[in-house]
Amino acid sequence: MSLVIDIIISGLISGSIFALLAIGFSLIFGVARIVNISHTAFFMVAAYCIYAATNYLGLNPFAAMIIAIVLVTLLGMICYKLFINAIREHEGAVLIATIALGMIFQEIMTLIFGSSFISVPALIEGYFVLLGVKVFYQQLLTFGAAMFVLAILMLFLFKTKLGLAIRSTAQDREVANLMGINEAWLAMVTMGISVGLAAFTGAIVVPLTILEPNMWLPPMIMMMAVVVLGGLGSLKGSFVGAYILGFAEALVVFLAPMGSFLKGPVALSIMILVLLIRPEGLFGVYFEEER
Amino acid sequence: MKLILFYLRKLITIIKNEVLTLPSRVAVVLFFFFILLLPLFTDDTYILRVFTLASIFAIFAASWDLLSGYTGQMNFGHALFFGVGAYSAALFNVHAHIPPWASIPLGALVAVGAGLIVGIPSLRLKGTYLALTTLAFPIILLQGVVFAFPDFTGGELGISGIAKLSPTRFGDYYIVSVLMLGLCMIMWKITDSDTGIIFHAIREDEIAVRASGVNTTRYKLLAFSLSGFFAGVAGGLYAHFMRIAGPSTLDVSLSFQAVIWTIFGGVVTIYGPVAAVFLLYPLLEFMHFAQEYRMLMFAVIVLISLLYMPDGLFKWLREKIEKECPRCKVRNIAMRSTCRICTAPLD
Repeated sequence: MSLVIDIIISGLISGSIFALLAIGFSLIFGVARIVNISHTAFFMVAAYCIYAATNYLGLNPFAAMIIAIVLVTLLGMICYKLFINAIREHEGAVLIATIALGMIFQEIMTLIFGSSFISVPALIEGYFVLLGVKVFYQQLLTFGAAMFVLAILMLFLFKTKLGLAIRSTAQDREVANLMGINEAWLAMVTMGISVGLAAFTGAIVVPLTILEPNMWLPPMIMMMAVVVLGGLGSLKGSFVGAYILGFAEALVVFLAPMGSFLKGPVALSIMILVLLIRPEGLFGVYFEEER
Repeated sequence: MKLILFYLRKLITIIKNEVLTLPSRVAVVLFFFFILLLPLFTDDTYILRVFTLASIFAIFAASWDLLSGYTGQMNFGHALFFGVGAYSAALFNVHAHIPPWASIPLGALVAVGAGLIVGIPSLRLKGTYLALTTLAFPIILLQGVVFAFPDFTGGELGISGIAKLSPTRFGDYYIVSVLMLGLCMIMWKITDSDTGIIFHAIREDEIAVRASGVNTTRYKLLAFSLSGFFAGVAGGLYAHFMRIAGPSTLDVSLSFQAVIWTIFGGVVTIYGPVAAVFLLYPLLEFMHFAQEYRMLMFAVIVLISLLYMPDGLFKWLREKIEKECPRCKVRNIAMRSTCRICTAPLD
C-alpha cells in the first residue's frame, strides 16, 4: 500500500513538472515555430538564481523565487530579441542558436558556482505520515503551486484576449496576422510567458532536487518526449502526456529500484510506441504541410 | 609514353581551366595538400592527434549533412550511428579478435542496421516530430542496453583494450585522413548524382516527388542507411584510435555537435561540415590555455557567427568570392565582369 502512495506522489510531482515545462515549450513552438532547446536551461538558471539570492544575499526564499522568475523572464525576452528574432526564418539556425544558448548558460553557471552538487533548503520543513508514507510539506507545496499556475494559465489562454491571440496564432499564423494580431510582438510576449513558466518550474523544483550545471539536459529530453507524445502544439496533449510519462518514471523507479536507470528508456519507449500507432501524437492535429 | 603525355597535358589543362579559375576549387586542392603534407612539417603527437580526431568528426558531421541536410529528415540522434559503430567495432575486435580493417566495416554495417531500425518507424514522422523522436534512440540504447548489461558492454567505463589502428601515429594519421578525404569525396559524389537530386527534391517538396512516381520511402531509407554507414565508419575509427568505446560516443552532446558543426559550416554542402570541423575542433583544442572558458567561447562564436551568417560560414564565404552566371549557371570568380564560359555580363 505504501508503495502505491509513493508511486502516486512521485508520479504526480514529476508529471506536474513535466506538464509545466512542456506547456511552456508548446506555447512558443505553436506561436513562433521555435524549437527552444534552451527552455530547460532557463529552468536551471532560475534554480541557481534562487540559490544565489537565498545564500549570498540572505533574502527569504519566497522573495528569492519572485526575483528569480522576473529576472529569468527578462533574460529570456532579451535573448529572444538579440539572438533568435534576427534569424527566425532559418529553422536550422534557430535550432543551434538555442543549443548554443543552453551551452552558454551551462558554462556561465559552472564558472560562477562550480560544477559541484548544491542543494537548497525546503520552503516549509516537516512532513506528515499518510498510511505509513512520509509526505513532505514541500512536495505538497510543489504540487499545489504547479496546479495553481496551470489553472491560471488555462484561464489566461481560454478567457482573455491575449490568450485568444496566442491560440489563434498557433493555429494559423498568416490568418492571425490578417486579423490584426501583431505577430512579432506576440512572439516576444509568448517567449516571455514560456520562459516565465520554465523559471517558475525551476523555482518550485529547487528544494526537491540537486543543483548542478548539467541538470537541464535530462528534463529537456523528457519535456520533448512529453510534447511529442501529446502532440505538438496541443496543450491538452502536453498535460496528459506529462502525467503518463511522470507515472511511467515513478513506476520504474519504485517497482524496480535496481533498474532505476531504466526510467528514461522506458518513458522514451512509450513515446516511440505511441508515435508508431499515432504519428501525430495523442492529441495532435496533423497540420496541413506548410509551404 | 605518348598516352602518358596526353593524360598529363589533359591534367594540366583541367587544372588551368577548371581549378585555378575558381577560388573555392583552389581552396579544396590546398586543403588536400595540407592534410596529406601536414606530418612533413610537424611530428608533434598532440597536433597529429587533434587533426586525426578532426578527420573522424569530419566524416561524422558530413554524414549528418547527407541525411538531414539533403533529405531534410532532421536527425537529432546521430550519435546513435557513431556509438553503434564504435561499440560493435570494439566488440568484434575484443571478443572475436577481428583486426581493425575488418571490424570497422563490420561495425559500420551494424550501424546501417541501426539506421534501418530507426528509419522504418521514423518514416511516418515529419519535421519536429522526427527530430525529437530520433533524439530518444541513443538515450534508450545507452541507458537501456549499455548500462543494463555492464558485463558485456563495460557499463560506465566502456570497452577498453581495443587493437591499435596501426603501429605508428603517422600510420593512424594517414589511415584516418585518407579515409576521410575518400569518404567525403564519395559522399559529395552521391549528393551530386541523380540520387542526390532526389534527396534535394524530398527536402523541398516530398508530395511533389511522390506525385512524379518516385518511391520516397525507399530513398529516405537509403539516406538513413548511407548516413548510418559513414557515421558508423567514423565511430569504428574513433574506437580503434582512442582504443576505448565508452558511453560518450552515444552522448546527446555528440548528436548536438554534429548539428552545430554542419549548420555552422553550411548545411546541404558536404564541404561545409568538413571545413567547420577543421576550423572549430582544432580551435577548441588549442584553446586549452583557457580550459574553463573554452566551451563558453565556442558557444559564443557559434551564436555570433549565426547572427550574421544564418546560412553557414562557408556558404557565405563562397557567395562572397564567387558569382553564378545568370545565363549559363556556371560559377565565376567575383572579380570578373563577364562570364568565363558564355561572356554574359555578371551583375
